[in-house]
Amino acid sequence: MAFIDLIKKEVHCKIVYYGPGRSGKTTNLLTIYSAMDTAVRGKMLTIETKGDRTLFFDFLPLNLGKIRGFNIRIQLYTVPGQVMYAATRRLVLKGADGVVFVADPLVIRREKNIESFACLKRNLNFYNLQLEETPIILQYNKQDLLSSPTPTLTIAQMEEDLNQHLKLKSFAAVSTKGIGVFESLKEISKQTVRHVATRHLLTDHF
Amino acid sequence: MSDFVLTASALNAAQDKIFSTLIHAGVRTAMLIDCSGNILVYCGQSTQNMDTISLAALAAANFGATTQIAQLIGEDDFSLLFHKGKKENIHICRVGEELILVTIFGQKVSLGMVRRRVAELSESIKNIFDR
Repeated sequence: MAFIDLIKKEVHCKIVYYGPGRSGKTTNLLTIYSAMDTAVRGKMLTIETKGDRTLFFDFLPLNLGKIRGFNIRIQLYTVPGQVMYAATRRLVLKGADGVVFVADPLVIRREKNIESFACLKRNLNFYNLQLEETPIILQYNKQDLLSSPTPTLTIAQMEEDLNQHLKLKSFAAVSTKGIGVFESLKEISKQTVRHVATRHLLTDHF
Repeated sequence: MSDFVLTASALNAAQDKIFSTLIHAGVRTAMLIDCSGNILVYCGQSTQNMDTISLAALAAANFGATTQIAQLIGEDDFSLLFHKGKKENIHICRVGEELILVTIFGQKVSLGMVRRRVAELSESIKNIFDR
């Protein structure tokens, strides 16, 4: 649910990083946080964690400049990936305007990716949102593991698992090194803002 | 869930109501936020020392989390939350389906007064945004 402030001329959108546990959602936000200028980003908020897991959510507000005189403010959230945190995951997704699905290429995580994507669909449906109508991109993270001895999935295999029908835009990434992180952010921001703008910028509100 | 468009007339009307009902009664700060944690209306003391963006995101999340707790014990939700501090207190109350009113007040203001005024104010705010 985007929030449009006609007085301050601001559009606020919520983008959620979704995906299985340990896929690198928080690392995406941390990379963005450390690379962005303080004038552009707000304070990153991480709610109490157990080890390196996200227990509730991480939150990072960004200011992405102006479109048609409106300041575009984006709020990035991550969900807890672990299956047991189903309730909080659904809660964080509430009001989401765009989603980055972060997939893990480890062979042993293949089912987790598929399960998490199916869970995303169910949770969007819970809020009367459709997977096909919501701005979503896929990020195939940890691509540096492909050259390691650890068994990994190719991008083609992950595309077949997750993107066979939807044909969403996808990005290869190594979030720890910042590779693909900003490409993903740029694309989802563009799609999300365009989605909100199509609903409002051309109506009588603007 | 549709997008929320804040117009000048709704903002002014809500601000006037919050000022006359809460700020004039001694409440330090009152914030009207949506369930996604966006700040719609801010009234009261300067925001200099307070990270209002984080506060709004956490208040919305807090409310969502306690709604889940409510459902575990057979309630639909808890319509208000109150956290007591040594100097400051925070009262969080649902307004309609999508809005949340966050009230911050010191020890000189009574909780009973805040509860009564927030209850009155909730009805006025609902009417303003339902128009």
